[in-house]
Amino acid sequence: MFESGGAQRLLAIGGMLLVITGMIFGDIFAVFILHPNNALIGQAMYGAAQAVAEQDVTTILERFKTIGGLLENRGTKVDAHSHIIQFGYLAFLLALVQPYVALSQQARYRLAQLFLAGAVLLPPSVFLIYYVGLSYSPFQSIGWASIAADFGGLLVILACLGELLGLCRYAMGYASVGGQRLLCESWESKALLRGGALLLLTGFIFGAYYAATHFSQLSLKEISILTLVLENSAQQDMAAVGAAFTDYGMLMAEKAIKIATHAHVNEVGMLLLLLAFIQPFVLWSDRWKKRWVCVAIVGAAGLPVSIFLELKYGLLAGAFADISGLLLIVALLAMLFGLLRHTGYLDTKEDNRG
Amino acid sequence: MDRSQRLLIIAGLSIAIVGMLYGLWYAVFDEHQTLERLGGSLANSFVEAARGDLAGAGSELESYRQIGSEYAREVHAHSHWITLSMILIVLGMAYERVNYSASFKFVLASVLSAGAVVFPLGVLLQNFPLGMLGKLLAQIGSLAVIVSFLLITLGLFKSAAPD
Repeated sequence: MFESGGAQRLLAIGGMLLVITGMIFGDIFAVFILHPNNALIGQAMYGAAQAVAEQDVTTILERFKTIGGLLENRGTKVDAHSHIIQFGYLAFLLALVQPYVALSQQARYRLAQLFLAGAVLLPPSVFLIYYVGLSYSPFQSIGWASIAADFGGLLVILACLGELLGLCRYAMGYASVGGQRLLCESWESKALLRGGALLLLTGFIFGAYYAATHFSQLSLKEISILTLVLENSAQQDMAAVGAAFTDYGMLMAEKAIKIATHAHVNEVGMLLLLLAFIQPFVLWSDRWKKRWVCVAIVGAAGLPVSIFLELKYGLLAGAFADISGLLLIVALLAMLFGLLRHTGYLDTKEDNRG
Repeated sequence: MDRSQRLLIIAGLSIAIVGMLYGLWYAVFDEHQTLERLGGSLANSFVEAARGDLAGAGSELESYRQIGSEYAREVHAHSHWITLSMILIVLGMAYERVNYSASFKFVLASVLSAGAVVFPLGVLLQNFPLGMLGKLLAQIGSLAVIVSFLLITLGLFKSAAPD
């Protein structure tokens, strides 16, 4: 597997690097931006409610301008985080299907480069949207960072269309050149495959349950709390407004935690499935390979469970979520290192033969 | 590669492309406008309350709720198409480890692929006048995904029995 200069190597290693980068970025984002940002949004909302009591429309509009900025800051960071990881997964998947892409080796390598170029361009561009804004933009509502992000997305789409063409050609009977089929025969691969499938199944059931029982209910509850805020502000009863905002904060936290649990359980489940395929090419002793697999599974299972428990146990569960995320990142780095050792070994063998 | 794997992988990549094209279109033409309407209706509700018009504030809050649901559905359709497409591709690669007959495996692959198309589509359709049809499609699609994936997971464990 992973012949020198091959698309499979480029996509697999590029994919792992994207996933690791996305996870580290997610950790930094959660600690330094997400929580302070939420506090600032709460303060600005309270300020707007005070302005309602004072019948000061100008201040209300100013506060909402601030809230809009804070939401854009948070939204673009969330999007950057999720897109880096999703592109990492997709790169990984494209590495897996390379043996079934009936295109020349050079065309497959160019497609891999095109995909990674788009995958590397889009997330930082999304990240920059908040900072670049509409400066020097020829459009009314879309700035240069958005344009760069959209261009990155287009590159990724074109690369995927090329891969789809290759897959269709293979299905029509054309032979593919290069790329090695990846099998899941070892203990490590099977453990990751089953662990990942179980996590995904849990994520599906949790998501369906949440959508059926909580989704509409939470949005109705949000409106009823906001109605209370406005009524009490109009009556200048700021103590009642404060109490309503406490409820509002709890509701928003509940909503965010449930969505994050669903998203994270699916993402880590998917990651375990992907890691199952590269185990034969991770150059560690069997004992260490098993250890890293166990670390990855513990981290992957611990992360969504800890996030879910944050509502009840607060910071303690938050600390466990951070530790679980860290375990997963360490296991991923170890596997990436093992993979690089394997490719280094292959290159040395090739050089010696030459 | 057997026909079930071919179905899963080609369906997966096709859905990924559709999901990305939708995401690209949405980011360029719709997202900014929806977010502006969302923020505008919430701000207006506060302004109406400051002017003493609580009925007007209530109606702005209702708009805020509806636009919020619309936005959530649009984002969820995009993210669910992409996630489900990747699950189809990776399952396509691991499908030989699912221990069922070839014909049953093909049925499961077909149901899962159909669910992966229909579920996010149903979520999205709830924003249009065909809302009830969308809800029905979303429920059928999610059920198809969960049941087929449950059986595939059991098949993965079944293959382990002789170990």
